[in-house]
Amino acid sequence: MSACSVTLETLPQHPEGKEILTCLQCGVCAGACPYGDVMEYPPRRMIAMMRAGMQEKVFTSDSLLSCVACYACMAKCPRGIRLTEILLPLMKEQTLAYLPELPAELQRALQNTLRYGNPMGEPSRKRAAWVKTAGVPIRSFAEDRRPADALWFVECYTSYYPRGQDNSRATARLFHRLGVDYAILGNEEKCAGECGRLTWEPGLFETLMDYNMAVFQKYQFNRVVTSCPHAHNAFKNRYPVLGFNWALEHVTPFLAKRLDGLNALLTRKLPYLVTYHDSCCLGRQNEFYEAPRQLLRAIPGVKLVEMVHNRVNSLCCGGGGGGMWLDTYFKAKGYERLSERRVREAVATGADILAVSCPYEISRFEDALKVLGYDKRMMVRDVTELLAEAMEE
Amino acid sequence: MHILVLLKMAPDVVEDLEIAPGGKALDLDCLRMILSESDDHALEQALLLKERHGAKITALALDAPEVDDALFTAAAKGADRVMKVVGMDPGFTTREAARYFSQAIAEEPGLLPADLILTGVQAIDDLDGLVAPIVADGLRMPYLGIVTGVALEASAQAARAIKEYPAGVRGEFLVQLPAVLGIQAAEKPPRYVPVAKVRAAMKSVKIECSQALTLADGGLPLVGVVEMKRNEPAGHAEMLEGKPDQVSGQLCGILAERGLF
Repeated sequence: MSACSVTLETLPQHPEGKEILTCLQCGVCAGACPYGDVMEYPPRRMIAMMRAGMQEKVFTSDSLLSCVACYACMAKCPRGIRLTEILLPLMKEQTLAYLPELPAELQRALQNTLRYGNPMGEPSRKRAAWVKTAGVPIRSFAEDRRPADALWFVECYTSYYPRGQDNSRATARLFHRLGVDYAILGNEEKCAGECGRLTWEPGLFETLMDYNMAVFQKYQFNRVVTSCPHAHNAFKNRYPVLGFNWALEHVTPFLAKRLDGLNALLTRKLPYLVTYHDSCCLGRQNEFYEAPRQLLRAIPGVKLVEMVHNRVNSLCCGGGGGGMWLDTYFKAKGYERLSERRVREAVATGADILAVSCPYEISRFEDALKVLGYDKRMMVRDVTELLAEAMEE
Repeated sequence: MHILVLLKMAPDVVEDLEIAPGGKALDLDCLRMILSESDDHALEQALLLKERHGAKITALALDAPEVDDALFTAAAKGADRVMKVVGMDPGFTTREAARYFSQAIAEEPGLLPADLILTGVQAIDDLDGLVAPIVADGLRMPYLGIVTGVALEASAQAARAIKEYPAGVRGEFLVQLPAVLGIQAAEKPPRYVPVAKVRAAMKSVKIECSQALTLADGGLPLVGVVEMKRNEPAGHAEMLEGKPDQVSGQLCGILAERGLF
């Protein structure tokens, strides 16, 4: 189904729309939804109301503001209805049209993403500034147009957010030691826009998609490797409508496929007890459950323990679907922050490292650890950071 | 009711600013331009008045990089007509900007009569806030600046404008229309417009162009730039480290040493 051609009006004519009409009203989606207990209209009721022609009531409520696009409803639906991919974004788009005012934090993030190509409102011309701190050479296509095997699409938090840059520096070191033939887009890169679409902003998403595709087509490469599961999601599921047909990989499974080469490099023992958080996009949406665990087990000294909710049952960090920029709004409504819920589970394992594979999670979980007073007991580290640490210089 | 909103692009300070060789102006080639923040508020105030009373809004901008995006966004938000003044020499002064606006308002059909002319009271490159009063003077209209709210009288012959003063004092002014108002802040923050609407406006809305006329020579400028340079950091922050009692001890020592006790 094209990302651009479907509206709520035309939805019932598409196979996916017909699928929604077959909903059993079992309510598993509402039970699986991390905010299902506080939504005025949880997913089951949304479907029932849409079928009854009462969708305007849903749009005028703020129920869809709480959808963090975690794919839990979709993963659990016994009929396989693709709620997170199809119905919820279309309904969110209508909610935006009805909202008298967007929450200020979200509005700023969307405006920044449109203007500067990143939600933080950082200068677009400094997107690649972190490269100078990488400690290894990093080629940018803008400076050296020679073809490369891989285009590394770094993404926003990994380019600008200081702790996100640790992930980028680690990835650069790993690629360098593995001899990966890659280049980045540097300051030409803009956010892939996945959260734009899943937030409510298909126009923003299409603008970013048009822009990034035009930049991709300037250069020659065989595959796109990205540090961000959200970008991976966008490239895999949405960009193909504009001709995206390169091989695609997220950094974590990309590295797991090179474990033979990596094993020889992982010589430093890290005496860590690690618990791994499955990101929604990488896990439920793409079923990359084992790759990050394989990488963690390959690190000498690392012991892995699982949280109660893991793999398909993983709890969302609360950052998807615009949740990254709705913390203040959720706080004002009295909702529990999902990152805090998740961190409690992580701490309960006794682990001293919470390992992640999504750049959103570093800031969300580090904040949650501080808020709950667990920041001395547990650290948040990206899988790539741990791998890089385990490499001797 | 016809509301004319004057829009000006200003340097975007999120991106680095460079000073041009010669040291008297910003390097225009390195600048990114963005709609001046208080002009965005002027547009929002016009949209609020349109929602309350019904009005036709014309957005008139001076040509600059990215001005088309600002005008299409204005149209997507609800401006009925969008126009830009083109053909000016780059690097025009604030006074010249005001004169280009005045010229276009006088020359272009349909821009007058306007009941209200709203524009930002200041811009980061017009801290003196000269554009609105010079336009008002040229059009022989009353001017009121630093306005934070506007309500129309029932007769639509006058407006009540709110100004905020220090110490929590609020002033309400009655101004006969037509008038020029310098908006400091709209009654609500500028609204969000979905990008899809802006993209639709790009396809359906035509930005009219008004050719700037050569300005009559005003003689030697009364005020001119002598030098523009970056502030040089005079020192750096000193980070105090240690346990709280050690840090407080160090802090007391520094304050005493500098004669602040």
